Amino acid sequence: MNEYGNALSGGLLIGLSAAILMVANGRVAGISGIAGRLLQGVQASTGALFILGLMAGPLLFRLVFGAWPVVTVTSSWPLLVAGGLLVGFGSRMGSGCTSGHGVVGLARLSRRSIAAVATFMAAAIVTVLVMGLLG
Amino acid sequence: MNSGFFRLAATLLSGLVFGFGLSLSGMLDPARVRAFLDITGNWNPSLAFVLGGAVFVSALGVVLTRRLKHPLFDETFHLPDNQVIDRRLIVGAAIFGVGWGLVGLCPGPALASLSLGLPPTMLFVAAMVFGMLIHDRLVAHRPSRTGGGTEAGARLSQPH
Repeated sequence: MNEYGNALSGGLLIGLSAAILMVANGRVAGISGIAGRLLQGVQASTGALFILGLMAGPLLFRLVFGAWPVVTVTSSWPLLVAGGLLVGFGSRMGSGCTSGHGVVGLARLSRRSIAAVATFMAAAIVTVLVMGLLG
Repeated sequence: MNSGFFRLAATLLSGLVFGFGLSLSGMLDPARVRAFLDITGNWNPSLAFVLGGAVFVSALGVVLTRRLKHPLFDETFHLPDNQVIDRRLIVGAAIFGVGWGLVGLCPGPALASLSLGLPPTMLFVAAMVFGMLIHDRLVAHRPSRTGGGTEAGARLSQPH
């Protein structure tokens, strides 16, 4: 299945990215942490470079495969604003998101990250379930 | 050896590989992410392979760092050693999870997909940045009521 193969290959590359940052610079590839520190002007040049590279990722994908990655956003504008606010606020309050706690924290067997991943997965699953019930 | 230059180059490379991996994996697509979270409905489990693959290679990196006295281009590691599971961590993760479930976007894919120039993801990122600022400017200055050791002063040393 191409869908599964792409998911696995993409995942391996995301792990490689985290490994590069950890081994080369000794830092966690946590997007909310990098973005949050950039907003505070802390480690601004490295933060800006990382996010520049992150944004160049889809462009490289376009160069290699001749098509943009699929992005289907069906949420209404109020929902996008609410979701964005919660994601931004929650990721800073919880000291991490899917990358910092998920990719790096789980690999380091961090107790905090295991608790955070279990919590945000459960919260996200329940949210999708409730939205489905509400139609 | 100019380790400062290599440090910046490694940062850029790491970001690029991350963004390309996200693009390849399907994580950029909020519809796919929400289908992955929809375990009681029309569940699409494929994105579990993204996290599985990513944690596997990341763990190889962790093993490698434990054999190094210091990172290749820096004098010390900047990895968190906080082990305290406090209310701030759990409440924050729960708030993040609700937002992630509502739209299907988390910070990495949201920022990476900015380069596609889609108004909905730009609006999401603007709101996300605002949410981060609200937390860091207004809430983080209050000491944690649970006193779990993640007070405002510690937040800059939390590289997650």
